[in-house]
Amino acid sequence: MSEIKLAQHNQSSFLLALEKIQFCWSKNASFILSLDSLRLGVGEKVFLEGPSGSGKSTLLSLICGIIRPDRGSICIDDIDIVKLGAGQVDRLRADKLGVIFQQFNLLPYGSVIQNVLLPLQFSERRRKQASVSGTPREEARRLLQRLGISTDLHEQKVAQLSIGQQQRVAVGRAIIGDPQLVIADEPTSALDHDSRDQFLTLLFEETARVNAGLILVSHDRSLASDFDRQLDIREIVRTAVIGAQ
Amino acid sequence: MTTLILAWRSLASRRTTALLSIIAIAVSISLFVGVERIRIGAKSSFTSTISGTDLIVGARAGNVQLLLYSVFRIGNPTSNISMNSLEAVKAHADVAWVVPISLGDSHRGYRVMGTTNDYFKYYRYRNKQPLKFKQGRAFDDLFDVVVGAEIVDKLGYAVGTQIVVSHGIGAIDGAAHDNMPFRVSGILRRTGTPVDRTVHISLEALEAIHIGWDSNNPIPITEVSADLARTLDLKPDSVTAALVGTKSRFGIFKTQRFINQFKPEPLTAVLPGVALQELWTIIGVVETALSAVSAMVVLTALLGMVTMTLSTLNERRQELAILRSVGAHKTTIFLLLISEAALLSASGILLGVGLLYGLLFFIHPWIEQSYGLYLMISRPSLYELKSLCAIFLTACAVGVIPAFRAYRHSLADGMSVQR
Repeated sequence: MSEIKLAQHNQSSFLLALEKIQFCWSKNASFILSLDSLRLGVGEKVFLEGPSGSGKSTLLSLICGIIRPDRGSICIDDIDIVKLGAGQVDRLRADKLGVIFQQFNLLPYGSVIQNVLLPLQFSERRRKQASVSGTPREEARRLLQRLGISTDLHEQKVAQLSIGQQQRVAVGRAIIGDPQLVIADEPTSALDHDSRDQFLTLLFEETARVNAGLILVSHDRSLASDFDRQLDIREIVRTAVIGAQ
Repeated sequence: MTTLILAWRSLASRRTTALLSIIAIAVSISLFVGVERIRIGAKSSFTSTISGTDLIVGARAGNVQLLLYSVFRIGNPTSNISMNSLEAVKAHADVAWVVPISLGDSHRGYRVMGTTNDYFKYYRYRNKQPLKFKQGRAFDDLFDVVVGAEIVDKLGYAVGTQIVVSHGIGAIDGAAHDNMPFRVSGILRRTGTPVDRTVHISLEALEAIHIGWDSNNPIPITEVSADLARTLDLKPDSVTAALVGTKSRFGIFKTQRFINQFKPEPLTAVLPGVALQELWTIIGVVETALSAVSAMVVLTALLGMVTMTLSTLNERRQELAILRSVGAHKTTIFLLLISEAALLSASGILLGVGLLYGLLFFIHPWIEQSYGLYLMISRPSLYELKSLCAIFLTACAVGVIPAFRAYRHSLADGMSVQR
């Protein structure tokens, strides 16, 4: 009993805690993933190194609550999302997480500002947060301004923007309404060297400003130095391919 | 609400394919409602071929048969009714007027009908409209003829044209009544009824041209000149049928019973409305077939819409993954796709109905003129509204196919889309 209490106590100081995860893609799966423990403190920035095929996409999908593990617990802000209903997980994701993809982050039919405002449609909490000093629209404009997206681009269709600009707009979308954790999946892989550095600087500034944790997955070790912690996904996650009989 | 806006924006970004889907649905809807309008128009044109006449009287026969030869000039009567019987009908207390008609001859494929000038006075069609003369007037001379609008259009007759009537139906050599030519005295306005295809002559003229003819012989025994005919008593002994008007609606059934139970001669009196309905149920099978075909076209358009949505689904996986990542529920993805189907079909339906009304507005006078088909421009009927609702719901139902697929994608893709 004391062990469980201790575990609960330990968990409470973490923003994210994955424990004893086991996951199979389907019943007769050829791919399984297991993870013993992964913890992230409040506002902590973690670099997760992993080549493709190392199970990083599966891990991120698990953290986001898009897929569920067969065993284990995933606590975000002390709430075990494995025990939540699908609707509750979606609401929690909307409230607490910001996600940045590798590329094609934005809805092609929305304007730049509409894309930044998108998460607010699904989260009341973030809508309130974004309205603390003015309207959400004003907040989005301020964000975009800080991210170096000039005012004349705000109402443009996203197709008008360069890849670098699009990724920065994606930061705006991930950060609006102050989420607690930002998850970035190879966000710089499509960027050249200069835009990559600029992107990382902005990403750090913005996550630090709202005190959000950050998990950035990349196979590019040269990014790792500025993070609080560097992990190799191959060391924390075990994957196995079982030949289907 | 948010979902609907997202669906709308997503469609707007694919406006070419979306527009094509909408147009396909719109055209099919126009066809569907158009067929419905034509069906109703045809039925009402048909059932209003004759109005204002309370009873049609003929020799003992079935309702439809009597209607067919007396109104539609199709087929032949089994036997005539005697003038004496007709006088008795005319003498009945409830009868206001009796218009005798006689059939049998033809003119270049058009039926010749002997009648009296009362015919032009009492015959009514659609909403009790009387026959109107476009040119000239009713019979004045014994050999005057009044022709319908279609005959004039096809044969190019004008007032004063001389014509010859053939004996019986169809042209048999030597069976022409060419010893007594007729002169066109009047041309009737188009009615959209068999009147347009009828050559009207007086009963006396019909009697005159048959002097010296044996009813069983296609060749006359003796030929009589027109001038000699004028001097003879041309009152016919019998006619084919008669149109009867009663003094009040209450008199109709009394008169009908009187005629049906008439002792001296077996007669039949039918209510034109009832007989027309009876006839329509026979030819109404065609309308069902038409409706079925247009319903198939609508279904095809809806399937086209689903195919379009399905084909774009793969390139939209990223879009769906983004929505999931910002917190959209799985059912939101599902509803998004259903909303698209709803928006496309609703737009298609509205455009289609608009298109049809526009078209009807421009072509209905022409359709009425050239086909005698009276198409109503009225509010959609309850049946049409119900059908359109059913089509909309069907569209949403078939929209489930891409919606379910998108739902499955959004689960399988997780946080990353394999491109």
